[in-house]
Amino acid sequence: MTTTTTRRTSPPAVATPPQKRRGPAAGVIGRTLRYSLLLIFLIIVLMPAYVLVVTSFKSGSDIGVNGQWNLPEKWSTESWSKAWTALGPSFVRTFQLAIPVALISSLLGAANGFVLSRWRFPGADVVFTLILFGMFIPYQAVMIPLRDVVSTLGIAPGIPTLIFVHCVYGIPICTLIFRNYYATTVPVEMVEAAWVDGAGLLRTFRSIILPVSIPGFVVAVIWQFTSAWNDYLFAIFLSNTRNGPITIALNALAGAQSPDYAASMAGALITSLPTLLVYVFLGRWFIGGLMAGSVKS
Amino acid sequence: MLTRVRRWGPGLLLISPSLLLLGVFVYGLIGWTIKVSMSDRHTAAESDGFVGLSNYVDLFTNDINGRFLHSLRNLLIFTVVFLLGTMLLGLLWAFLLERGVRAEGLFRTVYLFPMAVSFVASGVVWRWLMNSGQGDDAGGLNAIFGQLNLDFLQNPWWTDPEWGMVAMAVPAIWQLSGYVMALFLAGFRGIPAELREAAAVDGASTFQLYRRVLFPQLTPVALSALIIVGHMSMKMFDLIMSVSGAQWLTEVPAVYVWQTLLTSDYAKASAISVILLLLVALVIVPYLVQTMRTERRS
Repeated sequence: MTTTTTRRTSPPAVATPPQKRRGPAAGVIGRTLRYSLLLIFLIIVLMPAYVLVVTSFKSGSDIGVNGQWNLPEKWSTESWSKAWTALGPSFVRTFQLAIPVALISSLLGAANGFVLSRWRFPGADVVFTLILFGMFIPYQAVMIPLRDVVSTLGIAPGIPTLIFVHCVYGIPICTLIFRNYYATTVPVEMVEAAWVDGAGLLRTFRSIILPVSIPGFVVAVIWQFTSAWNDYLFAIFLSNTRNGPITIALNALAGAQSPDYAASMAGALITSLPTLLVYVFLGRWFIGGLMAGSVKS
Repeated sequence: MLTRVRRWGPGLLLISPSLLLLGVFVYGLIGWTIKVSMSDRHTAAESDGFVGLSNYVDLFTNDINGRFLHSLRNLLIFTVVFLLGTMLLGLLWAFLLERGVRAEGLFRTVYLFPMAVSFVASGVVWRWLMNSGQGDDAGGLNAIFGQLNLDFLQNPWWTDPEWGMVAMAVPAIWQLSGYVMALFLAGFRGIPAELREAAAVDGASTFQLYRRVLFPQLTPVALSALIIVGHMSMKMFDLIMSVSGAQWLTEVPAVYVWQTLLTSDYAKASAISVILLLLVALVIVPYLVQTMRTERRS
């Protein structure tokens, strides 16, 4: 969506430079205030991360009520190995879940996005709106029959079932990502030139569109990988601690009445590590998915 | 006509599996859920007796201790605080960053990083931070408040029976303010430079520039942010399950569905789900329709 701008009459060619209304002192104060605020918020946002790291390296006796916020007296990896024992198998399973989901969803999204970005058939908008609505629904509204349906379809419980449902319910967002991508970055002329040359739709898609789709794929793959990795709702409804992903295992580790906080926090870090690494190294693309999520192209 | 078929026939072929899947798994299953919500399937045994809307009526008028209304009240408090918090922080952060500051990338990366973490993982640390102990038993944030001689800030967090949901919104705000910031920042950057220049030429002060020129331009972004965060709020499940677990004090409709399913009351769980769906649709459908309309116009 483009924002309509109320354009003012353009300034005269020889515009007087904007007057400085405040002295340099005000500028310094303003800047100091700005950076102080930014820094304070930085500390606040990072505080939970500090607690996670520090607590995860404490050993049992070190986690009293006193000195909770202090650094460990003795850095110990005991809790990390405890957490790994609890989460290791599900950690591997979650990769087996998130990677296929990311690949299959993006391929489906690329195909749908291409067709919907170029083909203005009657009712295309309605169809697209109906597709998009699927990404906003509370999944509780489909979850109850969904359990029965996937078992009727004969999909194996646990990871295979989760792969299937994440791919299905990932279609809307992936379609949106690619539709916006093709609508804004692939010139119409390119497609039309291919058609003039006699290439059919599938051929055009394969040899003209797919090669320039890498940025779209990176965004979609990252988005789907992260959502599948971080999902808890589908996981709790459709799997259990023995065959489910890591969020279920972490909740079992941390959810006890009097949890072992050191191990839970090491577990939370292990759980978050893959998505955090993706975010740190591919942040720009990660944000691309976020922006697509707000529908606007 | 024939060329159209030849050109787009394969296209239809390409998208039809997806359309079919969504038709069945989104709309078909919603229909199924609605059907169950109007049945008397209150136990694990199959039962298809049609009872109309009585499951819905019961939720509002006949639920033990007004449980459903209680969960709606919790959701309302949570949503109001969550929306206010993310919008204010997101706008403030974007405002602080928009004209370019040194190390902007660092600030942005840090403010946005909680988005990459699952609610289940962040719930672990927020459960610890929002320790309800006070005074000598203080833990987490209450302990820090004690050390800083800010004892008046110590509070029972989400265990407070009246206003616990305000505390429950805190981790959610931590997690999503960066997202709202990113939306606003994109909004600020999308404003044509001429607008600022024109305002400067007209001798507008910085305050006037923001108040009269820049903020009005952000209205569409603010609306998207409200709707995206608002609909996430209505679906909130993971965070609450991980911070407090399923319990009366912090129960919202999404958690109530899960709790009801554990007792195999499929009809009631379906009815709550459908109400949840209606709440979300109320917000999302006008937004989608409006977006499509604007897009067609441009």
